[in-house]
Amino acid sequence: MIRLVSDDLRPPANPPRRHLLSVGDLTRDDVERLLATARTFESSLERHVKKLPTLKGHLIVNLFYESSTRTSSSFELAAKRLSADTLTVKSLGSSVDKGESLKDTALTLGAYDPDVIVIRHPQIGAPQLVARVTEAHVVNAGDGKHQHPTQALLDLYTLREELGRLEGLHVAIVGDVLHSRVARSLVQAFALVGIRGTLVGPPALLPRELPAETTTDIEAIRDADVVYVLRMQNERMEAGANFVPSLAEYTARWGITPERLRPGQKVMHPGPMNRGVEIDPRVADSADSLITRQVRSGVVVRMAVLYDVLTGGPVGVQALAAAEVA
Amino acid sequence: MNAHAPVRGKTLLDADALGRTLSRIAHEIIEGNPELEEVALVGIQTRGVPLARRLARLIEERAGVEPALGAVDITFYRDDVSVRGGEAPLAAQPVVRATQLDFPLEGRTVVLVDDVLYTGRTIRAAIEALFDYGRPARVQLAVLVDRGHRELPIRPDYVGKNLPTARGERIQVQLVEVDEVDAVLLVETPEEESG
Repeated sequence: MIRLVSDDLRPPANPPRRHLLSVGDLTRDDVERLLATARTFESSLERHVKKLPTLKGHLIVNLFYESSTRTSSSFELAAKRLSADTLTVKSLGSSVDKGESLKDTALTLGAYDPDVIVIRHPQIGAPQLVARVTEAHVVNAGDGKHQHPTQALLDLYTLREELGRLEGLHVAIVGDVLHSRVARSLVQAFALVGIRGTLVGPPALLPRELPAETTTDIEAIRDADVVYVLRMQNERMEAGANFVPSLAEYTARWGITPERLRPGQKVMHPGPMNRGVEIDPRVADSADSLITRQVRSGVVVRMAVLYDVLTGGPVGVQALAAAEVA
Repeated sequence: MNAHAPVRGKTLLDADALGRTLSRIAHEIIEGNPELEEVALVGIQTRGVPLARRLARLIEERAGVEPALGAVDITFYRDDVSVRGGEAPLAAQPVVRATQLDFPLEGRTVVLVDDVLYTGRTIRAAIEALFDYGRPARVQLAVLVDRGHRELPIRPDYVGKNLPTARGERIQVQLVEVDEVDAVLLVETPEEESG
């Protein structure tokens, strides 16, 4: 059974209302289906006409309460490549600035009858609220330090396309894990597909509750296939809290430099980068950097997510599996 | 959807008849296209693909010219994709298969190949998909079975067999490449197909 989030109030005869709020809602089958769909979309982008008519007549609202370049632009491009109409609302210059509550904004946008609302919000649980008060399918594009499921999916897609497999890979996640929704989503996603994750960083930025090995020793990245560098999130650190003594000291102890990497070791970063802080510019621009590949993956994976929440995905995947058993 | 489940039904074409029918279609394609080297056979996923491959082989045996071969998947071109607010989709979304058109379409005569022609909606979607890859000189349509009930102004150029059916009936084409046997069956089913 495909299971994302089902609204318990609905009669059981109806298929579940589909949202993508957390990696925790996904099964391994869901992940495989989404990655396979993304690959099909990637081949459609090699054509002369890059647009598909699939979601013609659908409205996709992007509601961004936090600044974002790649996530909002890739969701918008993904929707456009599928011929959907898009409406992007950013907190700057909207009624959000005038103190309108999230619920009221969601109700207002809901009146336009959107098919999907993509939301980024600094508060944990904001996407769940939008899912409750509107009829739209909701995709979480990042809520506080909680979840960023499409980032985790595009990272899995990038890993599989570049390294040819997922199961058995070892990925070291380095940096500000504590404030990182990317790290939280990734750790869950890694567990789902059999990737070994190691969290590396300053002691004050390493949460203990995540189901992954943790260490403060940067040498631990040596035997990883991939080093996943996180951004130092100054905006999420409370003023005066000493998570790291100084950025310079952070760079000296945990910054990813060419000297700390093995030849051929791949490097990823969810962006935006603080060049010279968590990542050396020579690493970011090296041939082993998958960072621009991640950006490209973002479009096709978000196309797959939009298609999947709206259609329930190609159920043929199960029919095919059943057929193989029979 | 379940390709390998045993299907009970009345056999309309057995393996021999199916082979003869394909031979005739291949012959008609040769007759209808004096410039055979311009012809490309494009199968519609799933069963149109092995049919196109067989037709290409038959054409090569008879005319000595091997037509270009391609495949098109119409999943993202369907007119019934969406589920709104938890409603069931109109038809189950098929598994997405590859579209492969490794040759320029410009100037080509593309012969779309499918197993069953029914409403015509699949063919409309396939034509739209094709034109996103290029601009063929002309598009023709070859089907193994035409079962009637068209909902669009679409007419095949090459027909294996006209089999008038009731809407409640279903034509099941089985091919060795997919189903381990060659046969065309008439199956009673309350469920509608969209082809």
